Amino acid sequence: MTPPNFPIRRPLEVMAIDDAKSWRAGLITLWRMTRIAWLTPWQVTFALVATLFSATMQLIIPRLLGRAIDQTQLFASDPAAAKSALMATAVLVLIVSALRGVFTTFQNYFSEAVNHHSGVELRLRFYEQVQRLSYGFHDSVHSGDLITLGLLDVDGARQYFSTGLNRLVLLTILIGFGGVMLLRIDPVLGLMSLSFVPIVGWSSSIAQLRLRLTWRDLQDRMSVLSRVMEENLGGIRVVRAFYAGAHEQEKFDKASDSALDLAHERVDIRVRSTGIMTLSFLVAMGLVLWVGGAKVMAGQMSVGTLTAFLTFMTILQMPVRQLGLLVNSFARTSTCGARVFAFLDLDPAIADAPDAKVLTLTDGVLRFENVDFAYPSAPATKVISNLSFTAARGQTIGLIGPPGSGKSTLSHLIPRFYDVTGGRITLDGQDIRGVTLASLRNAVSVVAQDVFLFTTTLENNIAYADPWAAPDQIEQASQHAQIHAHISGLSRTYRTIVGERGASLSGGQKQRVAIARSLMPNPAVLVFDDSTAAVDANTEARIRTALQKGAADRVTLIVAHRLNSLLHADRILFLDKGHVIEQGTHAELLALRGRYRALYDLQTHGSDREAAQ
Amino acid sequence: MIDQTAVEQDYQSDRESAPGAPTLRAVVGSHRIEEEMFGRVFDPQIIRRIGAFVRPYRRQFVISVVAVLVFTVTQLAIPMIIRRAIDKGVMVGPAGMPVLYQSLVAFGIVIALNFVASHVQETVVGKAAENVLFDIRRAMFAHLQRVSLSFMDKTEVGRLMSRLQGDVGSMQEFLETSVLSVGDIVLLFGIITLMLYLDPGLGLITLSVLPVLFVVRIFWLPMARDAFIKAHETNSAVNGALAEGIHAVRTVQAMGRETLNAQLYDAKVQANLATHLWAAKLAQILVPVVDTLTGLAMSLVVVLGGSMVLDHRLDVGVMVAFLFYIQRFFDPIRSLTIQYSVMQRAMASGQRLIEVLDVAISIQDQPGAVDLPETDGSVEFRQVSFGYEPNQLVLQDISFRVEPGQTVALVGPTGSGKSSAMALIHRFYDVTEGAVLVGGHDVRQVTQASLGRQIAMVLQEPFLFTGTILDNIRYNKDSASRDDIIAAATALGADPFIRALPQGYDTMLGERGGSLSTGQRQLLSFARALVADARILVLDEATASIDSATEQVIQRALAILLRGRTGLVIAHRLATVRHADKIMVLQAGRLVESGTHAELLREAGLYAGLYRANYASFDDVG
Repeated sequence: MTPPNFPIRRPLEVMAIDDAKSWRAGLITLWRMTRIAWLTPWQVTFALVATLFSATMQLIIPRLLGRAIDQTQLFASDPAAAKSALMATAVLVLIVSALRGVFTTFQNYFSEAVNHHSGVELRLRFYEQVQRLSYGFHDSVHSGDLITLGLLDVDGARQYFSTGLNRLVLLTILIGFGGVMLLRIDPVLGLMSLSFVPIVGWSSSIAQLRLRLTWRDLQDRMSVLSRVMEENLGGIRVVRAFYAGAHEQEKFDKASDSALDLAHERVDIRVRSTGIMTLSFLVAMGLVLWVGGAKVMAGQMSVGTLTAFLTFMTILQMPVRQLGLLVNSFARTSTCGARVFAFLDLDPAIADAPDAKVLTLTDGVLRFENVDFAYPSAPATKVISNLSFTAARGQTIGLIGPPGSGKSTLSHLIPRFYDVTGGRITLDGQDIRGVTLASLRNAVSVVAQDVFLFTTTLENNIAYADPWAAPDQIEQASQHAQIHAHISGLSRTYRTIVGERGASLSGGQKQRVAIARSLMPNPAVLVFDDSTAAVDANTEARIRTALQKGAADRVTLIVAHRLNSLLHADRILFLDKGHVIEQGTHAELLALRGRYRALYDLQTHGSDREAAQ
Repeated sequence: MIDQTAVEQDYQSDRESAPGAPTLRAVVGSHRIEEEMFGRVFDPQIIRRIGAFVRPYRRQFVISVVAVLVFTVTQLAIPMIIRRAIDKGVMVGPAGMPVLYQSLVAFGIVIALNFVASHVQETVVGKAAENVLFDIRRAMFAHLQRVSLSFMDKTEVGRLMSRLQGDVGSMQEFLETSVLSVGDIVLLFGIITLMLYLDPGLGLITLSVLPVLFVVRIFWLPMARDAFIKAHETNSAVNGALAEGIHAVRTVQAMGRETLNAQLYDAKVQANLATHLWAAKLAQILVPVVDTLTGLAMSLVVVLGGSMVLDHRLDVGVMVAFLFYIQRFFDPIRSLTIQYSVMQRAMASGQRLIEVLDVAISIQDQPGAVDLPETDGSVEFRQVSFGYEPNQLVLQDISFRVEPGQTVALVGPTGSGKSSAMALIHRFYDVTEGAVLVGGHDVRQVTQASLGRQIAMVLQEPFLFTGTILDNIRYNKDSASRDDIIAAATALGADPFIRALPQGYDTMLGERGGSLSTGQRQLLSFARALVADARILVLDEATASIDSATEQVIQRALAILLRGRTGLVIAHRLATVRHADKIMVLQAGRLVESGTHAELLREAGLYAGLYRANYASFDDVG
């Protein structure tokens, strides 16, 4: 139903998971979930003990009621003794009922608590894993799918204890002990009153499994419908501009009808199963009444025993219907759990080496030594090959080249967003793969192309890398990034909420906030990855001047496609297909009359010439 | 837009700060302000409006109610049959055999009725409820296609989506359970009546425990609901934080915030746990009360009923029937209180659904509107003033004429009214004063559909739909053949990159064409406009960074797209501006300058100033 995403894959594919799991893998998942539940051993124990007692109390009640009925019959000759016996039974009924209530409460509460604790554990592990996995992984999955995994699948797996394990114990006691008890009282009648159990169990299990399967399908169809609605609302201007209301309604109807059909089908599955369940239960009850009634008439059985049988059946009815839910729970846990664990088990491609040291900065020299690189998703295509250069503290290096030349990629290698596939990158002689990620990324700041601002205040955004920063530090960074004046003009200044649902900033303003953010940790290597494209030339020049003061203490790398941004660089590298094909200062490169010169001519005079024609 | 003050207070409460001490400026997950979950129990206005959607299915609902009644009666009948079988059959001895058989036959009939009734009721009501909710959603969707664009601009897509999904969903829950409530009420009163009928004295005494439960539940309900809402809110906080963590993972790693974020997330998860445990406690607290009351009622029957049986004042079968009824009579009370909450939630949702359905449709075809005939493609503004709010004009007294085939560039700082002016040509809004004429016809005098066919529009942010490249270019021009589409793409220079994709023109595009570059997406939206083949083209030029090579392709494509058409371009790039036949400079809603590039430079006004300052684009000015 859902179209495959091109070329991004679903996380499940990336992790090589499919739902048709082997039994063994399913059992391993259940075992791992059991161990997570056991992280709260006391709650698990309380829940199981409470379940044992509440089930026992449930089983006692029909017997007490049956005894009460018999007491009204057997002691007819001695009413006074019979009445005191009845009183004793009544007191027992009251006590046992109250205890059943208390134990049921504990059973439900503690098994819910275990679920929630398991959920906490899974959520925390999931969140940490999201943060731990490297860029390469996140490039390969659709973020929406990852969110689904973290919400729906985690939620499906966390309910394992109460809906699966604990319910299994409860049903085993009720059906097992209860069945044995009935069979011992009267084998024939016992068999009859239990005859509905396999039918109901089977029918409800089948229905639940089918509902489970169609549920995923329904989710898919509903997500197609949501997508149609969401795209319609998000692209409403396009829809209106093309007067495509009818076309959109058609798309909506198609998606909506397909979901509705399946919703109807699911109603049928559910109804068919509940019908069979109720029918078989009532037929069994009729049989018990028939055969039991005849036995009472024949004096082979007391009317109290018959009542006990009938009451017992009504008590057993609900748990037996839950057999299907139990099957569903195990199926859900093993599929949802398998997905979640497969994700949690992934090793990050980039992590601290076992003997990683904290980066020590002395001279602040960045060196690329014969660096090769290919993306993990396309290992055969070298994006950078045999690239070497050295940049000393205080220097500004410009990187330019056509799309796909590897200039942005290069900037992602320095903070180890990806690891080089050949050669090495060093900072003051230390291979960056030999130092801790925390110390490396603290020393290297990249201002990215696409700015992600968090939906929170401007000060929280700017202080992102250094949340304990003092207000004047934040202000200083903003001044350097030429955004302070704009922020001061806002009614709530640095307390203004920005981001997805906050106050709107223009593209240039967002980029300037991102620059301020990158200045906060006072990096030794500062990389601008095409991050001033939406900033006008004058403001960009002012930013450059402001940064000049700090520039003596760091290496600055500027990736750009607007030459204006690079003119002042100490050295410019012109990249093509991962190679440096020209390098030098602006003047040297112009004199070379090569690719750089051609680009320069195009950008400065190209449009003028065209206009003149 | 969100309420800044309210959100900020949220953030403030999240952090602890002592004066003078360094403050931690960090949160994970943004706060969404939750909408009211519960409304009044009964709001005739809402019932009436939602009722309109139920009306087409009233037959189904009547059938369901009848089936529910039959079903309830069969449930009530079973203990009565057992009672008769025991008292008049079993207890009489062998002579009672015929009564036992009669009872069994009756039992059989009841089983059959029960089966049919439950089948009918669940199928019919289940499907009808689904139908109603899909109808409501469809009506809302259709309505949203017609409401004013300014409403759509002001409203978050996410909020509308939650109405189209969440609120519609809780209406469904309500519709399904409302039929069941009828059954529950009948069951409750049926049990009470039958107990009183079987033995008024014993019945009254047994039923005396009922009010206790009612009172307990009434005190319990607000507390439980409060806990439920809190748990729900902390859920969305945790989920929001996870979603943010996933979307922002690159920034988080680049800035080294993993450890702190994990701590902040942990705090949210623990808060969520606490609210859930409290809600679980409240949910369970009533179980022992109900069980004890059931036990009390049963022991009363055992002692009093049993004594009466001993004294031959009561048949033993009646006592058995009482025990059966007692085990059932707390069920309807429980489900009725659940349905009370469902109903409140449905009222709150219904209110929000109606709000959407009631958003005014501001732009409609006038009575007697005619189809716009094939025009020459001229566009004229006659003393146009316009404001989204009547007292805040964003355009004032604008007059100009664009001759057929001309290209006009609109230039001006952000907020100068360029986009608003363009929207008026399409009649997305109606002018406050003056008139907009297309091909000499006032746009208010013609049908919107015919106007739409003559104007194509390309937006600044190219918007692509999930679907193939082919679908995206064709969009709603169903008459466009595959060859037409390929021809359009080829003319614009998009063909090479499309063919390089794995399935060429049949390649599926993911979320909003995410796998393509901005330039490529822009070319596809050009192709869409070219296939639409309208006389007039309105274009909001993209400002996003596009590398020089792609920019040249785009500029060439633009020239081809504009050939033979009237073009109105909101220009951001100097290259486009210089090619225009006429440049109009807007500032604060007024047309301050117009003329060719050379003329405006000579005039030495705003345009010349902007141009000389060497701005790459005109947006970031001011």
